[in-house]
Amino acid sequence: MSLLRTRRLSKRFGGLVATDALDLEVRRGECHAIIGPNGAGKTTLVNQLVGEIAPDSGTIEFNGRDITRLATFRRALLGLSRSYQITSIFPEFSALENVALAAQAHDGHSFGSWRPAIAEERLSAPARAALDEVGLGARAQARASALAHGERRQLEIAMALVSQPKLLLLDEPMAGMGRRESEAMVKLLAKLKSTYAMLLVEHDMDAVFALADRITVLVYGRPIASGAAHEIRANAEVRRAYLGERYVAH
Amino acid sequence: MTWELLLVQSLNGLQYGVLLFLLAAGLTLVLGIMNFVNLAHASLYMMGAYLGAAAFAKTGSFLVAGAAAVLGTLAIGLIVERTTLLAFYARDHLDQVLATFGLILFFNELVRVIWGAQSVYMRPPQGFTGTVDLLGATYPSYRFLVIVAGLAVALALYVLIHHTRVGMLIRAGASNPRMVSVLGVNIRLLNSLLFGLSAALAGLSGLMAAPILAVQPGMGDNVLIVVLVVIVIGGIGSIRGAFFGALIVGVVDTVGRTYLPLILRQVAERSVADAAGPALASMLIFIFMAAVLALRPQGLFPARR
Amino acid sequence: MVFPEQVDWRSARAITATIVLAVLALVPVVAIALDQAFYITLAARIVIFALGACALNLVLGYGGLVSFGHALYVGLGAYAVGIMAFHGMTNGWLHLAVTLALCGVIGWITGLICLRCQGIGFIMITLAFAQMFYFLGVSLKQYGGDDGMQVASRSDFAPLSIEGNAALYYFALALLFATLYLSWRLVHARFGRVLRAAKSNARRMRVLGFPILRYQVTAYVVSGCLCGIAGLLLANLTRFASPAYAYWTVSGDLVVMVMLGGIATVVGPVIGAAVYVILETVVAGYTEHWMIITGPVIVLIALLARRGLYGFVLR
Repeated sequence: MSLLRTRRLSKRFGGLVATDALDLEVRRGECHAIIGPNGAGKTTLVNQLVGEIAPDSGTIEFNGRDITRLATFRRALLGLSRSYQITSIFPEFSALENVALAAQAHDGHSFGSWRPAIAEERLSAPARAALDEVGLGARAQARASALAHGERRQLEIAMALVSQPKLLLLDEPMAGMGRRESEAMVKLLAKLKSTYAMLLVEHDMDAVFALADRITVLVYGRPIASGAAHEIRANAEVRRAYLGERYVAH
Repeated sequence: MTWELLLVQSLNGLQYGVLLFLLAAGLTLVLGIMNFVNLAHASLYMMGAYLGAAAFAKTGSFLVAGAAAVLGTLAIGLIVERTTLLAFYARDHLDQVLATFGLILFFNELVRVIWGAQSVYMRPPQGFTGTVDLLGATYPSYRFLVIVAGLAVALALYVLIHHTRVGMLIRAGASNPRMVSVLGVNIRLLNSLLFGLSAALAGLSGLMAAPILAVQPGMGDNVLIVVLVVIVIGGIGSIRGAFFGALIVGVVDTVGRTYLPLILRQVAERSVADAAGPALASMLIFIFMAAVLALRPQGLFPARR
Repeated sequence: MVFPEQVDWRSARAITATIVLAVLALVPVVAIALDQAFYITLAARIVIFALGACALNLVLGYGGLVSFGHALYVGLGAYAVGIMAFHGMTNGWLHLAVTLALCGVIGWITGLICLRCQGIGFIMITLAFAQMFYFLGVSLKQYGGDDGMQVASRSDFAPLSIEGNAALYYFALALLFATLYLSWRLVHARFGRVLRAAKSNARRMRVLGFPILRYQVTAYVVSGCLCGIAGLLLANLTRFASPAYAYWTVSGDLVVMVMLGGIATVVGPVIGAAVYVILETVVAGYTEHWMIITGPVIVLIALLARRGLYGFVLR
């Protein structure tokens, strides 16, 4: 059952081909990882899925609906949630307010109410729950700019979660994290896996093989291999292009 | 609505456009490459006019006036850049707008202190006080000189930008400012060069405008607004956009102001036309800008990124 | 709930705000006692420009949209009064209604157009539209053109009368207080949160699911309407409507006031307006070339005033 599907998705920047007639499919309930060398077009792909960049050609379908030309904010309201490779939060707001803001987007329009937004339990309650779920509960009142790098990455996830997404697009959630932090993040994502479908873009191969059900390998915007995780691991071409010998002997 | 009137007004539009281009080119480069909003460009234009007029009054030589205007504004521009503007390069646009706004007020008053509040008049140079015959119409020879000189400078700019190393750096900076600095180019030097060039062009424009318009405090303010309209229509950071935008705006504004009231008189009652005509004509270029923005927000000839 | 946030009445911030507002409330009383009616007029100018600066602060301070064209709305308000009075319509409530309607519609249209541009473009377009109105005013010969027009009598806000300067002052002050309260509530409500967040990270907001354009245009319209009220009051104070009210330097003055007082604080613009108007008046008293001092002062403000005068008090 296809949750997200792209057909012949293409994007070039002048002479550079970022996405090359890509057919991608994310099934319900699965964690689908996208791996590949730098410059393979992974973040560009996520940007197109979310609607921040318009593809040159091809289509994107979400939940059976063509969203290729749909505005970014509408895709979010349909259940597409995203976290960023380079942390993109609201530094002057508290961690709680960051997440409450994300909840606010899905709670109708923001006109008309005169009540102070901080006092709205409708928004603060799910925000607190999301922060607890990612392990940031104790830091709810801290200013986002005061959070450590790993905590900010957790905040990103909390913001993605609170909007009850149907699909989580995670762009290198492990980026810039040390060993311990990465392990904690992997545990968190493993816990979330059961509830949310995920498209996981990552470089951290330990994380990928711990989490992914299926993997697509992207090189110069083109998938050179796609299939179940254990198959990709054993794939000789993938080894040569990207993985190296380390992941073979298992 | 005679042929002669149309031709003369079109030429006037071209002449206005050329002056706008000299201002717009510098401003759009600084805006596009250095990401710096420089409202004080208006003051450089005004200083060019004043310095040129003063030098011409003293020496009677247009060449000396030209040198005074261009070199003078170049010097002023570089001094202002090194002492004041440098502190604002990393700041956000609000701070830059505010600071350069303060500079405009300062220069407007400075000019009043030095030369008084009355308009200063400057004659066209020797040999250009008469008229020429163009395609059946008589046209002031000085204005024709302005058109020719302006187009020549435009051509020189084109050669500079597209056929020299410096120009290549400028173009690279226009499409990817960060990359240029990463490549090890001395960004400070390039910025100063760019700023100096834009200042010199503004001074030249002021000099050429001096015999045509009244040289007075604040003369740059109204022109600045029109130059901003030109840049928005043409596309920020694009010299090509500045060129075509300037010519379009110059012609539309000049021809529009002449013909719109006339046209209105044909279709509406005289009193209405006489009231609405000039009003609409003065809003014409803004309406045009609004239309361009509605359809193509990046401008008609956007800089290639 | 009257106050949208916990107010610590003993904090420097609350004390400063209270003092400023109390001083403003007492000016006419003191001025009449000292037999210096001039101060009422000066204070009225401060209050009116404070209203304009507060209006601008909504989009500039909280919304992060650098509008350099708010003088447009001051001009609209002034001319609404001027033109209607010219044609014999002196009902102040009508003036107010027309001002709000006009500023609302024009704010909506120009807002939609201006917001198609990011950053520098937005600044320039707002500037351009304000100047367009200036040229329009200049070309309206039957309404005074370049010289502007006299407003025969003050707007009639029956049962209130603003014929006397003190009455006009308190009327303006009441409107300022209302605006301050409105801003305070708005900024802390959902709407304000969206606006502030969009200033911080617009891209993220869209991906979260917010159609931020809607909110920014609304803020722009509200801001324009409030500024229009300032224009209406200005025309009443000076009994004059002139294209100069829409000249772009007036927009610049408003921006300076917001910056000086403290961006994104509710009371900041009031302080900024007070300091700026007083400075202008004092310096102008010394020399006719006062702008030679004001100019560099503005440059310094831009350089140093990261949080404005009130912003210093906030820490």
